[in-house]
Amino acid sequence: MSAVLELDDVAIRFGGVQAVGGVTRTVDAGDFVGLIGPNGAGKTTLIRIIAGLLRPDRGKVMLGGSDVTGESTSARVRAGLALTHQIVRPFREMTVLDNVILAAGIGYTSGPLRALLHVSRRREAERAMEILGSVGLTGTERRLAGELPLGQLKRLELARALAVDPKIVLLDEPLAGLNHAEASRQVETIMEVHRRGITVVLVEHNLEEVMRVCRRLIVLNNGVVIGDGDPWEVMANPAVQEAYVGSGMMAHAEA
Amino acid sequence: MSAYTISIVSIIGINVILAVSLNMISGFCGQISLGHGAFFGAGAYAAALAMVATASVPLALLAGVVAGSVLGILVGFASLRVRSDFLAVSTIGVNFLFVGFVRKQSWLGGEMGISGIPPTGFGASGNMIMILLLACATVVFSLYVSRSWMGFAFRAVGEDEQAAATLGIGAGAYKLAAFGIGTALAGLAGALYAFFTQFITVDAFDFILSVMLMAMVVIGGIGSTWGVVAAAVGLTLLPEAIRFVNDYRLLVFGGMLVLVIRLAPGGLAALVHNLFARTRKA
Repeated sequence: MSAVLELDDVAIRFGGVQAVGGVTRTVDAGDFVGLIGPNGAGKTTLIRIIAGLLRPDRGKVMLGGSDVTGESTSARVRAGLALTHQIVRPFREMTVLDNVILAAGIGYTSGPLRALLHVSRRREAERAMEILGSVGLTGTERRLAGELPLGQLKRLELARALAVDPKIVLLDEPLAGLNHAEASRQVETIMEVHRRGITVVLVEHNLEEVMRVCRRLIVLNNGVVIGDGDPWEVMANPAVQEAYVGSGMMAHAEA
Repeated sequence: MSAYTISIVSIIGINVILAVSLNMISGFCGQISLGHGAFFGAGAYAAALAMVATASVPLALLAGVVAGSVLGILVGFASLRVRSDFLAVSTIGVNFLFVGFVRKQSWLGGEMGISGIPPTGFGASGNMIMILLLACATVVFSLYVSRSWMGFAFRAVGEDEQAAATLGIGAGAYKLAAFGIGTALAGLAGALYAFFTQFITVDAFDFILSVMLMAMVVIGGIGSTWGVVAAAVGLTLLPEAIRFVNDYRLLVFGGMLVLVIRLAPGGLAALVHNLFARTRKA
């Protein structure tokens, strides 16, 4: 299997805290990886490093075999990475449809000159409608994104991530803030994304859903990997259990 | 047409180019620039020097465009490094620096400016027609940009750079493009101004002009090409019609700017849009 994402000894320090301390991992094409860990384990920091929102102090990030450590977020997205933010960031003053059309137009917006020479949005609009349908947002197309409730904005984030036609998506807590029905609906969509052949890396506090859908679990604690492999085997690992003692998350998983 | 009408129409054409080009930077792409007068001035001085040296209109136009955009791209690089409110302050600084610098340069005529710029040979009405044609071309180009994927990406960058990046849109390249295009057009306006007056001093490119241009953009409706054109025409005629406005330009334009932001942030364009929406419902 070919590697979509490789991390080689990635580390970053914030002041006196080693937020991520030398993570080396490979994510293969078609993987469905859950990235979990107690609060402050460095999950979001690691995601931000992969996405290019943070520069690591050392180490390399490779996408599809090429080193992107020095590249901007937008360049990584053009190289096949998509991400959703923990806190949703739609373009509030655009319609829901325009939000997704803009993402679908990634082939035109890669550079200003290219963008200037193209006007037609018909094909992208069709694609956007299709994607909005697949995440369950049909009927909201003409509304301003700023008017949508959180549950729908979370789906809009996912729709935009899909519209850039990624090889791998990083989902940072896509279920946070959703009620039970909304969350299981969102999980269905994420599984559908994976079935389409897109590699998924899921950061999530909802351990129950993570255990249900992920094929591989990576556990971070204090910025280092303490478990990696089959979800149930990883969770049975005493070191992982110890990391979770007192965090209340095991109780949540068993509930 | 009287000489007075010709000169007013010429000034309107130049102000339309300036306001529409500023709207591309501040309206389309959300980069607040309060130093548009400096790029206008750079274009005017470059064109004046080119005219004095070669008496060639195309060369002078080219010199104006190049001077405006080179200075614009330099300032654009600064915009990559600062937050938007600091950008507004730094562009004010650019305007003052420009005026202060030119005042002390003997090769630019210092306080006296550059006089005796050779005529274009088109006559006053010929100049006016050239100005109007280029103003129309600028308006058409602006309408095109806002419909293109570039305008779409500009709106994204203006609203949230990080969110734009996650859609593969590199904010830096777009901000530079906005500054490059907007200031090239300001330079063009500068060249036309040099043709029109045949005599330039640095006072014509001061901060007050930049505030007036921003007032045109905001009153017209940030991001709306037609609204900005309407405001540019209206605000150019206002000081001509009312003497008081001419005496207190900064006060009047500054006051209108604040009032519009406070009471009707969408400007003329939003007012007209709402009016239409209401009539259609009725």
